[in-house]
Amino acid sequence: MVASVQGLLATPAGFQRAAIDALLLRYRRDPHALVQILREAQAQHTWLPRELLDYLADALGLTLAHVEGVATFYRFFHTSPVGEYRVLFSDNITDRMLGNAALLADLCRRLRVERGRMRVDGRVSVDFCSCTGLCDQGPSLLINHHQVVTRVDAGRIAEIADLIEAGVPPAEWPTPWSCVEDHIRRADVLLGTPFQPGAAIAAALTRGAAALVSEMDVSNLRGRGGAGFATGKKWALCRDAQGHDHYIVCNADEGEPGTFKDRVLLTRDPDMVFEGMTIGALAIGARHGMMYLRGEYRYMLPSLQNVLQRRRDSNLLGAGIQGHTGFDFDIDIHVGAGAYVCGEESSLIESLEGKRGTPRIRPPFPAEHGYLGQPTAVDNVETLCAATHVALRGGAWWAAIGTPNSTGTSVHSVSGDCDRPGIYEYPMGTSIDRILEDCGARDTQAVQVGGPSGKCLSALEFGRCIAFEDVPSAGAFMVFNRSRDMFEVARNYAGFFAEESCGFCTPCRVGTALVVKSMDKLATGRGSRHDVDLLSDIDKLMHGTTHCGLGGSACNALHDTIVKFRPSYERRLKSLQFEPAFDLDAELADARHASGRDDAAAHLESTT
Amino acid sequence: MSTPATAGDGAAATFSLDGKDVPFAPGETILQAARRAGRYIPHLCWHPDFHPQGSCRVCTVKVKGRAGSACTLHAAAGEVVESNTDELNAARKMLLQMLFVEGNHFCPACEKSGNCLLQATAYEMGMEDVLFEEFYPHRPIDASHADILIDFNRCIMCELCVRASHDIDGKNVFAIAGHGIGTHLVVNSMNGKLGDTDMALADRATSICPVGAILPKRRGFVIPIGERRYDPHTAADPETQEAS
Repeated sequence: MVASVQGLLATPAGFQRAAIDALLLRYRRDPHALVQILREAQAQHTWLPRELLDYLADALGLTLAHVEGVATFYRFFHTSPVGEYRVLFSDNITDRMLGNAALLADLCRRLRVERGRMRVDGRVSVDFCSCTGLCDQGPSLLINHHQVVTRVDAGRIAEIADLIEAGVPPAEWPTPWSCVEDHIRRADVLLGTPFQPGAAIAAALTRGAAALVSEMDVSNLRGRGGAGFATGKKWALCRDAQGHDHYIVCNADEGEPGTFKDRVLLTRDPDMVFEGMTIGALAIGARHGMMYLRGEYRYMLPSLQNVLQRRRDSNLLGAGIQGHTGFDFDIDIHVGAGAYVCGEESSLIESLEGKRGTPRIRPPFPAEHGYLGQPTAVDNVETLCAATHVALRGGAWWAAIGTPNSTGTSVHSVSGDCDRPGIYEYPMGTSIDRILEDCGARDTQAVQVGGPSGKCLSALEFGRCIAFEDVPSAGAFMVFNRSRDMFEVARNYAGFFAEESCGFCTPCRVGTALVVKSMDKLATGRGSRHDVDLLSDIDKLMHGTTHCGLGGSACNALHDTIVKFRPSYERRLKSLQFEPAFDLDAELADARHASGRDDAAAHLESTT
Repeated sequence: MSTPATAGDGAAATFSLDGKDVPFAPGETILQAARRAGRYIPHLCWHPDFHPQGSCRVCTVKVKGRAGSACTLHAAAGEVVESNTDELNAARKMLLQMLFVEGNHFCPACEKSGNCLLQATAYEMGMEDVLFEEFYPHRPIDASHADILIDFNRCIMCELCVRASHDIDGKNVFAIAGHGIGTHLVVNSMNGKLGDTDMALADRATSICPVGAILPKRRGFVIPIGERRYDPHTAADPETQEAS
């Protein structure tokens, strides 16, 4: 209601000062909590008017420009009015393949709203967003940044349009719509072993902190977030680093499109994750842990908070854990606000500190200089689950699974063209062929392993194995059959990286946008060989000159598809020489729009 | 790689830059040491008076075959650093071309022409065209301040003004906002205009801009074309590697 009035006013209505003051008080006016404060302030007020940013800046001792910089960095923050209902369509390639674009167009038509623009009465805004991690049950929606709708189809779109017009709060929408399935298709040691909360802590305490780290070394467990750094080594570095506080952070910012295994681990067995953080705290000497939960998983927050409370009540968190004097540790959950780059550990720490998620200059690495400049171990959700099992059953047991360089199991998020999308846990070293067979994929043309920043494999390479020494993966496994256009796959990923670039360094900020421009030119059939060559040049530049790994990997899918699926590019070329990017007829679009004409006479004859 | 003796015989540690030794002090970056030795590694966002930020990437060099920014990589004794190579200069040229198409840079009409580090570096790297399609972004200028003009069209997001205003002027007039290609400089005032800040003509933030984004008013063409910083000099000359 409030929002609809605001939409009609020239200046935004005031915010509820008392509610904002209470919020500030709850965060003890800590400027490091800025991202959390902005998130909750927006939840109260729908969007973040400049007056509100100014008020927060004042209260937190920050400049307005700084607060503006942070508020405009995260995709889920709005500094201009948005609808009372904010509907975001997940736009991973798997959602595309399930028809999300037509469903979005249908919803916009029914609600008489233009994508990306608030309806004039302030009721609703509709747009795309980056992958929300529900690829196995898409197309999916994110409503008001805290409620998901899965398995959307035309019928559901019609009902949603009616509910929005009728002003029914999302909390009162049919519950089954928000049902998120685990879809565990193959369980191995992580997903298949019953786990008793507290058992791994007890085992770790019996063994002692130093022996626990040695056990991690013996296991040769390597981080599952993508970088593959040895967990035992990271913990030892962090433990030995000088600092008045040590921190352990769980990276639950699972933003790589096509990845949703951390969502399932957090839903199915959050105790296993929190227990991993707790034994990690014991290993490095941390009293404070933080989980960075991606904004898209905000809907999990209440249940995760309940688990934390239960663990406090069971003496698995808090002072003197399991009666062990001096072992004090607790965990806070920070919720992200839509920024893929925050999955990179130094950006994540910047975000935890209430700043823009710009990757830091490294070295120094977080293990030595992390949160608030203190030694910080950042571990992925799956890594922490594995650590829990290693603490329970020993390093040698874990090392006996998988391959010598890639020990243990890994959990894959399988989506795309297959009969049984979902979660598959395999020993490291499992072949692509085996996974394709198990998930019921037929006539497969390509698999994108590890998400857009990973590798695109053609059928010739399906004998290869998922392992650090062959095809590394951070968990995504997207399947494309022969009916799919691999150019469109790469174009979807290019759009993702341009949207998610933090904008800090030249090659990524400008390069990702130039890739989108060139791909769009090719898509409309106006490209030439020159454009494909230019894309290869940008790819080469971005591999060596970017500030962080996001930029460095932003062109991976482009590179792989140009090399392996070149015909999908070449059939789009208008000529083999050069075609100008400037299209005179396209430049007249604004004039046509203004005059409401789109007939033949309103176009240039020469246009194809 | 073994570390040559530095304390024992008193000799300064050195690294090799394109085959010639460069001495360095402990904790110095490759760019700091090279700059002090009068050597040229092209750079835009780095300035000797400020902490490095590593965003323009123009100072990208190769150490043991790995690329990195010379302004953030610490120098190490005996290390072999490649900078002035065809491959790296081609990469730099492309980065410059990206900066040119990202904003609206019309050198003939710009008061900074001849004093501009972006332009001088582009000459140095042999840039003769912009290669890419221009973005032609819509970026209104801010002429609200009595003495200072901001033309955002020319901003290259080097953040030198952000650092100068914070570190030297103690005013925090600027910050960076947005993300991706929409990243932009913002001004710290309620209406976002420079006229409502306490920025002054004598501030370091006013003179630090390497391009024509922040300019003093009423100084147009005081120095004639032909006598400007990069008319007798180049960006590679030891005394003119920065615009100010």
